[in-house]
Amino acid sequence: MSLYQLSKLLFELNRDTAIQAEFTADAGSVVARYDLDDEERRAILDADIGLLYVLGVNGQILMHFAAFKQIAWADYLQLMRDGVRDHGPVRAGVYAMTTGLDEKVAGV
Amino acid sequence: MTLVFTGICSHGPGITGRADLAPPDLRDPFFAAYGAMRDALHAARPDAVIIVAAEHFANFFMNNMPSFAIGMADGYEGPIEDPDWLKIPRRRVRGDAALSQRIVAEVQQSVDVAYAEEWKFDHGIMVPLSFLDPDNRLTIIPANINCQGPPLAPLARAYAFGEALRRAADKVPERIALIGTGGISHWPATPDSGRINEEWDREFLRRWSLNDKAQLLDYTDAQTYADAGQGGFEIRTLIAAAAAARGPGTVHFFAPIPIFSTGCFVATAEIA
Repeated sequence: MSLYQLSKLLFELNRDTAIQAEFTADAGSVVARYDLDDEERRAILDADIGLLYVLGVNGQILMHFAAFKQIAWADYLQLMRDGVRDHGPVRAGVYAMTTGLDEKVAGV
Repeated sequence: MTLVFTGICSHGPGITGRADLAPPDLRDPFFAAYGAMRDALHAARPDAVIIVAAEHFANFFMNNMPSFAIGMADGYEGPIEDPDWLKIPRRRVRGDAALSQRIVAEVQQSVDVAYAEEWKFDHGIMVPLSFLDPDNRLTIIPANINCQGPPLAPLARAYAFGEALRRAADKVPERIALIGTGGISHWPATPDSGRINEEWDREFLRRWSLNDKAQLLDYTDAQTYADAGQGGFEIRTLIAAAAAARGPGTVHFFAPIPIFSTGCFVATAEIA
């Protein structure tokens, strides 16, 4: 597992419009520059917010990526809940889920 | 000359990005409090405003993470986020590299601060600026405390950073204002977004208003994580602001606004 590499990819993507343009045109070429395992590569290429969350990507990095992917706020929150339901608890980091799968504390 | 203004406020991206989803009876007085702080800040006629923020991987990452950093450029750009998502247009903000250099040199007398001649702003600075400087008139010096990538500097070091910023502000001839921005309790960017520990927040703001150093530093990260979420680590910025001001504070607005994912606050402190 290479959470650091996965997070670094998202960090660099989130802050650089040139990398964003490259990613939009050919995500594979951007992803190839990072040392990822198959699950991580699939998660990023599929923009699988739930899996990225469970893998332990810092929520701030993930939130900005979701915004880049034009994912609405309520959908972003639900995709993370779905990820925990499908893949189990967050595996690393400090952004673990502390509420229930059906709990929506802000109503969304 | 002496520091001319100190305030603290929330910076959550939902405050602008999801403003339309918030109950107006909470949102409108909150935004009015930002407006009052804007007027007070501009009335202090600052030549530059140091914004002590807790950025979210706009510039700094675990490949080389500074505990404390100060921007040293003549201009900065932000937000890095999708402008339509944050509902803040991209803009270039004026900096002052020469002034930053003098401030960094003084801060370094007691804190080994990193400096950065490149710096992009994320919501941590852009949300406050959108309220405090809507016309993009101010000169900004960004400062950052790592509140995202543990291990984090101890609270006592955040306090020392605030003391160093005050010393630097007092030493330069320019009129310097300081804004601290961060969350109190919150669990942002997770499915828990909207969870807020109001009791914890009110207690922190009580301690902040007293500006009692011992009480402000009497938190461990383990306690904060349990009671106030990973977002609670950002109290470092508020503690630094208290250390810079030295005087007691006044909370002008506080209310939990779950759709903004944080307890929302605006407060100022006396310069003592």
